[in-house]
Amino acid sequence: MIEVVSQDRCVKCDVCVKVCPMDVFALGPDGIPVIARQDDCQTCFMCEAHCPVDALFVAPLSGPAPAGSPYTDEAALLEAGAMGRYRAVLGWGGGRTPGSRLDQNHVFTARLAAGSQPAEETPAGRRRVSGEPSA
Amino acid sequence: MTAEVTLLRHADVLVLGGGPAGAWAAIAAAEAGADVVLADKGYCGTSGSAAAGGNNLWYLPPDPALREAAMDAREAIAGRLTERRWMERVIEETYHQIGRLAGWGYPFPVDEGGVERRGSLQGPEYMRRMRRKAHRSGVRILDHHPALELLATPDGTAVGAAGIRRQDGGGRWEVRAGAVVLATGGCAFLSGAFGLDVDTGDGHLMAAELGAELSGMEFSNAYALSPAYGAHTKGLMMQFASYYDEAGRPLELGDMGTARQAVARLLADGRQVLARLDQAPPGLREAMRRSQPNYFLPLDKAGIDPFTQAYPVRLVMEGTVRGTGGLRVVGEDCATTVPGLYAAGDVATRELITGSVSGGGSHNGAWAISSGTWAGAAAAAFATRGEGRARSRPAGRAGLRPHGPATGAAAEVVRAVQDEVLPLDRNYFRTAAGLRRSLTSLDRLWTDVAAHLSGEGRGALRARQAAAMVAHGRWMYRAALARAESRGMHQRLDRPEADPRLARRIHVGGLDEVWTAPEEPKEAVA
Ligand SMILES: Cc1cc2nc3c(=O)[nH]c(=O)nc-3n(C[C@H](O)[C@H](O)[C@H](O)COP(=O)(O)OP(=O)(O)OC[C@H]3O[C@@H](n4cnc5c(N)ncnc54)[C@H](O)[C@@H]3O)c2cc1C
Ligand code: SF4
Ligand code: SF4
Repeated sequence: MIEVVSQDRCVKCDVCVKVCPMDVFALGPDGIPVIARQDDCQTCFMCEAHCPVDALFVAPLSGPAPAGSPYTDEAALLEAGAMGRYRAVLGWGGGRTPGSRLDQNHVFTARLAAGSQPAEETPAGRRRVSGEPSA
Repeated sequence: MTAEVTLLRHADVLVLGGGPAGAWAAIAAAEAGADVVLADKGYCGTSGSAAAGGNNLWYLPPDPALREAAMDAREAIAGRLTERRWMERVIEETYHQIGRLAGWGYPFPVDEGGVERRGSLQGPEYMRRMRRKAHRSGVRILDHHPALELLATPDGTAVGAAGIRRQDGGGRWEVRAGAVVLATGGCAFLSGAFGLDVDTGDGHLMAAELGAELSGMEFSNAYALSPAYGAHTKGLMMQFASYYDEAGRPLELGDMGTARQAVARLLADGRQVLARLDQAPPGLREAMRRSQPNYFLPLDKAGIDPFTQAYPVRLVMEGTVRGTGGLRVVGEDCATTVPGLYAAGDVATRELITGSVSGGGSHNGAWAISSGTWAGAAAAAFATRGEGRARSRPAGRAGLRPHGPATGAAAEVVRAVQDEVLPLDRNYFRTAAGLRRSLTSLDRLWTDVAAHLSGEGRGALRARQAAAMVAHGRWMYRAALARAESRGMHQRLDRPEADPRLARRIHVGGLDEVWTAPEEPKEAVA
């Protein structure tokens, strides 16, 4: 879930308020967004991807980080270079190569297709269930 | 819903939902000359499952042998519920539209041979570009404008929708249109799966209120693996996984096809299961990271190296998002059984191309592109007939206009539905007795919701979502009961074999009374 909005880094552009699909942020009185509805956060990292100055940190947890968790410690996160990682791998921001250019999913989907022998109605033994999402 | 109308618009075509299906529909309608409004609950460009998760596609060059082989491969696992003609159309349309996306500048990778690889779309990049294209095509986009109900003529033609303006004071918006495309995604029951909490089945409920029918709702129990602490359900890398028990002993679970069910059994029995990507060749690891960044990022953030450290996993429910059921389409243009109402993407059934097995992994994304394109164009054509000028009424009921005193609390309803649909023991491993027990609770819940549940402002959306989830659960389990066999993702412990007589689709519908009806089987094609 979203844990940190850096007061120092935020340039009050409102982008996170707009792009968050779950409407988690509200504009604070000073123009810096506040995490108004953390319970609604779906941990999608979209705000991180779109914040132009890497001012946001979304913890990988599907619930709120416990008190004292390193995921809420802004100074430590900055120190560790933990903020803005998604934007970096997407290759968004000046001087970066789009991450999609490095996409080699075809290697892995081909590998998967080659290894799978479909048989939904196998009569005996271990039933192969192919109704499983894989991507 | 008592809020005052603070935004009123007129359009030829109204698209509800701005994931890929909605974006492709809006672009197609605009290109057909229609004046288009697109309203999304969240934000067109980040919202929905493709934006968060990315999509590998059923993308095949126009090589007949290759395409035949791909269709044969799917038919072999799809439980005899697909139609070849639809598969052919989707493959062709997807190929064509992805070519256009390349033309719009999507940065596809180029392989060693200098060939662009167009079979995979990275979510944030894909949807950012789709928004831009929709905008440039003249589509008017309303973000944070969830639709809560359809508007209909007295004879039941869909002629618009209404909802709330959640970031603009919570007032009511209305768009009057000549035709409506529903592209509101599937329903993952607010399970928290990353990117899927916007998908609560609102569109299915709105359509059913006008009498729309559904199909394939028994194929609604997709679950996917994520780290136990999180909700990131990216699965492609699990092809390299080995599994371990709580004591670190290796579990022999077979290959990917069988492992997931074995993991589900263990988790349902309260056991811990850990995964490690032992089988990933070192030479491929960098490519893995680059290809599936949102598999690795949540692990990186947690300080876990999945190549060397085993991490605990859980199964997160994805419902009809990576299931296959949804609104029944009755024509090649993705018309529903309601005049003026078209369905695209995950809100529609995907049985026609993926049958009883998940289409997440290639088919669903291709379906979103093609069905969106067809629905958008057809809605534009329908709108020119001008039926939308007629008098209309708002059609929303449960969760919006209760027929008794408003007393219900949406959060409690959501919890009650989740208790019935999320546990593996209820929904992954199904039995007739378990389904009946859940239906008794869900039916009672529906009666209650219809009588009492509503809300104001953001609460109106929460109430409506809760109602939609109850409806979804009831269709899902009623269909699961009607399919007294195991087929694809629908596994009945009490009926472990497939019944050849049930190699046909099952329709379901209704709100106060839910009904099911098997589709008449077509003549077998020799
Ligand atoms: C983790 C994951 C990985 C996947 N990988 C693949 C893959 O590799 N290949 C593949 O083919 N498929 C894959 N899928 C499936 C694929 O992402 C979906 O099939 C596709 O995104 C469907 O598009 P859609 O537009 O119908 O729905 P969505 O992308 O879910 O969009 C629905 C939109 O509707 C909006 N909405 C909802 N309710 C309302 C309302 N009441 N009013 C207004 N708007 C509303 C939402 O905000 C959202 O923007 C994957 C799914 C998941 C979850
Ligand atoms: S997107 Fe980043 S910079 Fe903009 S308001 Fe949000 S936190 Fe501040
Ligand atoms: S992670 Fe997703 S849901 Fe959570 S605040 Fe960021 S954009 Fe919103």
